[in-house]
Amino acid sequence: MIAFLVSAIRLGMTFLLGSTGETITEKAGHLNLGLPGVMCMGAACGCYAEYAYLTDAGMEYSPLQAVVIPILAALLGGAVMGLLFSFFTVTLRANQNVTGLAITTFGVGLSEYIIEEADVIFSKASKHFTAPLIPFAEDLGSFGKLVLGYGIFVYLALAIALITTYVLNKTRVGLHLRAVGENPATADAAGINVSRYRYIATCIGCGVAGLGGLSFIMDYLNGMWEYCVDAIGWLSLALVIFTVWKPNWAILGSLVFGALYVASSYIPGVSFAGKELFKMLPYVVTILVLIVTSMRNRRENQPPQSLGLSYFREDR
Amino acid sequence: MAKPVALECRGVTKTFGRVVANKNCDLEVYRGEILAILGENGSGKTTLMNMVAGIYYPDAGQIFVDGQEVTIASPKDAFAYKIGMIHQHFKLVDVFTACENVALGVEDEGRYRLADVRKKVIEITQRYGFVIDPDKRVADMSVSEKQTVEIIKVLYRGADILILDEPTAVLTPQETEKLFAVLRRMREDNKSVIIITHKLHEVLSLSDRVAVLRKGESVGTIETADATESSLTEMMMGVKVELNIERSEPKDPQERLKVENLCSVNEEGRAILDGVSFTAYSGEILGIAGIAGSGQRELLEAIAGLHHLTEGDIIYQDPKTGKTEDLRDKNPIQIRDLGVRLSFVPEDRLGMGLVGNMDIVDNMMLRSYQKGHGFFLHRREPRDLAVNIVEQLQVATPNVSTPVRQLSGGNVQKVLVGREIAAAPTVLMAAYPVRGLDVNASYTIYNLLNRQKEKGVAVIFVGEDLDVLMELCDRIMVINSGRVTGIVDGRTARKDEIGLLMTKSKEEMQDGENG
Repeated sequence: MIAFLVSAIRLGMTFLLGSTGETITEKAGHLNLGLPGVMCMGAACGCYAEYAYLTDAGMEYSPLQAVVIPILAALLGGAVMGLLFSFFTVTLRANQNVTGLAITTFGVGLSEYIIEEADVIFSKASKHFTAPLIPFAEDLGSFGKLVLGYGIFVYLALAIALITTYVLNKTRVGLHLRAVGENPATADAAGINVSRYRYIATCIGCGVAGLGGLSFIMDYLNGMWEYCVDAIGWLSLALVIFTVWKPNWAILGSLVFGALYVASSYIPGVSFAGKELFKMLPYVVTILVLIVTSMRNRRENQPPQSLGLSYFREDR
Repeated sequence: MAKPVALECRGVTKTFGRVVANKNCDLEVYRGEILAILGENGSGKTTLMNMVAGIYYPDAGQIFVDGQEVTIASPKDAFAYKIGMIHQHFKLVDVFTACENVALGVEDEGRYRLADVRKKVIEITQRYGFVIDPDKRVADMSVSEKQTVEIIKVLYRGADILILDEPTAVLTPQETEKLFAVLRRMREDNKSVIIITHKLHEVLSLSDRVAVLRKGESVGTIETADATESSLTEMMMGVKVELNIERSEPKDPQERLKVENLCSVNEEGRAILDGVSFTAYSGEILGIAGIAGSGQRELLEAIAGLHHLTEGDIIYQDPKTGKTEDLRDKNPIQIRDLGVRLSFVPEDRLGMGLVGNMDIVDNMMLRSYQKGHGFFLHRREPRDLAVNIVEQLQVATPNVSTPVRQLSGGNVQKVLVGREIAAAPTVLMAAYPVRGLDVNASYTIYNLLNRQKEKGVAVIFVGEDLDVLMELCDRIMVINSGRVTGIVDGRTARKDEIGLLMTKSKEEMQDGENG
C-alpha cells in the first residue's frame, strides 16, 4: 500500500509540474497544446545535459552539480519551446491550436533525436534526484517514507504549485496576468504590456513543464529513458481542466491522476491489455469533470475568457 | 474666460489602410469645462479620442498637454499625462470585482493590497456621489454600474482629463441625469471632461462648448450657449437637413398579432419573459422600450419561433382569410410563410441576418432558397432584387457582388431591412434597426418603416432612443425585466414617464419575489 502511494505521489508530481506550467501559460490566454512536446524537450535537454556533464567530469563528478545542471537545462529547454510558441502566436499572430500541435510533433521528434545522441540510462545520476532530501526520513517508518522520503522533485513541484497560486491570487503581477488572459483589450487599455506578459508567462510556464518532463525520467523512471513522455504531457493538459485552472487544487488532482495511472501495477492479476485500460482512467475522469463543470456552469470554474485568442491592439 | 488649455490636438491624422479616419483634426479643451464632440457615425470622433488615450497612434500631427508637446504611444503614456478614457464598449474583466478592475495596471508604491484599493475606491465614490458595491463582480453588474466602475477606474489613476465615448447610449433617462450630475461635479473640481455623443439635446443641456467633426475633419468649435439643434445638425451634416418623421394616423387598425402571457426561462432558470401580453394592430407601429437585456430580443425571437416558451400563446390573424392561428407550435419556416418577418439587428449585425462573406445577391437568396427545387441555383431573381434594393435605398457599394462584410454598418442595415421588406410581410419586427447608423441612414430606415405601416403592415419596433420612439411609434410598450410595465400612447407620452416605467418596478418586483 505504501509503495503504491509513494509511486502515485512521485508520478503525480510530474503531472503537477506539467499542469502548473500549463496553467501559468493558460492564465495569460495561451492555450499551449504543445505541452507534450515541451515536456519531451525538457526531459531530453535535461538528460542530454546530464550525459554531457557525466562524460566530461568522469568519476570525479559532484552530486550537487549532477542535479542542478540537468534541472537548469530542462528549464531552459522548456523555456525555448515556450519562446518559439510565443513568437508564432504573439509576434506572427498564428493560430494557437495549430502552433501548439506543431510544437508537440516538433518537440517529440527533436527530443528523440537528442536522446539518440546520448546515453539512455542515467540510473547512476538519478539516485541523486531520488535520494531523500531529508536524510533521516527512512528511519521514521511508514510516515517518513510517505511524507518525507522523497527526492528533490516532489518538494520542488509542491513549492512551485503553491508559489504559483500565491502569485496568481495575491500579487499585482498575478492580477495583471489573469487580466491578460481574461480580456487582453482591457489589460492593454489599463497600460499592461500584453505581449510581454504573454511571452514571459509562456516561457516560465513551459520551463516548469520542461522540469516536469525531466522529473518523469529521473524520478519516476529512476533514470531509464522511455518514449512516453508525451503521454504524460497530454495527461497534464487534462489535469489543468480537471482542476479548473487552479494550481493548488492540482496538488490533489495530480495525486488522483498519479494513483489512477499506477493503480494497475498494484492490483494483482491485471492483464497487459487491462493495464492500458487503467491508464485511460484519468481521461475518463477528466471528461466526467468537464461534464459536471459545464452543467453547473459556475463562473469561477471557467477557463480564462480569451484562452486561445490572439490579441492585436489595432484590430477593428 | 481665460481658462488654461488642458489638451490640444493640432493637425492630427490617422488612416486605416485606405480609409482616412481623421484628417488634420484640431481640438482644444480647457481646464474645468465639459466639451462635447459631435459628429455622425464614422466621422472619426472615437478614433481621435483613441489617439489621445493611446489606443491608436497618429500618423501625423501633434498633441499638447498643458502646453507641452507629448508623445502618447500607449495607454500607459496617457495615464502618465492624466488622461483617462471610458470606452463605449467597457474594458472590464468580467470575473474580477470592481476593486480588482480598478487596481488593474496601477503601479502603486509598495505591496499590492486589495484592502488599500478598496479604501480609496470608497473615498472616490463618496466624493463624487457614486453608488457602487466595490466587491461586486463585474459579471453581475448592470450596464450603468459597469460604467461607474469605468469612471472610478480613471479617477483612481488621478485623471484630470476624462473622455467618455457615448456614455448615455445604454442608460435610462434617470441614469443619464445621475451621470450628468457626476460630470458637473467633476467640472467644479477643475477637471476637463470630453463627451462624445450624437444626441443633440444632451450636448445642449450639458456641455460648455461643442466641437464638431465631419468625415474625419474638424468643422469647428462653438460655445454651447450660441448653438441650437438645427445649427449643430447643419455643422454635422454640412447641409441643412430636415429631420422630421412623418407620423400618419393609423388607418383601419385590425388585430394582427395577439400575444398572451408569454413566459420563458434562461439556462439558469431565471425568468426572461414573465407574462408578456399585448396586441399588435395592422397599420400601426408598436414601439418597444426598455433597458438593454430586458427581454426585447427574446420576445421578438419567440414570435419568430426561435425562442422556446414555457407558457403563453401567440395568436396570428391572417388579413386575407381572417382565420386565426397559434404561432407557438410552429417552426420558423411555417411562421415566415404566414408573413411574419423578423429583421433583427443585434449588436453584431452580421450575426443573425446576413452572412458577411457572401455578396448581396447570395444574401438575398438566403431568404428565397426554399422556392427553388432544381439542383442548380437561379440567381437572376435575387440579383434583380439586390439591384433594386441598392438603387432604391441608395446602398453605397461598388456592385451587388461585393461581400456584405465590406460595407459600412448603415449599408449592411439597408440591405437587411430591404430584403425583409421585399418579402411583403404582414408583420415586420425590427430590433435596433438604426443602431450604429448615422443620422441620414437612420431616417431612411424610419421612412421605410413608415411606408410599411401605411401599407397596412403591423410594425413592431424595438428602439433605444426614446426621442425617436416617441416621434415614430403610435404606441410604446415598456418592458422591464421581462414584464410589460405599461403601454403608452406615442403622441402624448412624456419621456420621464417612460423612463420611470423602464426602471420603477424593480424594487417592487424584488419585494414580490421575496414575499
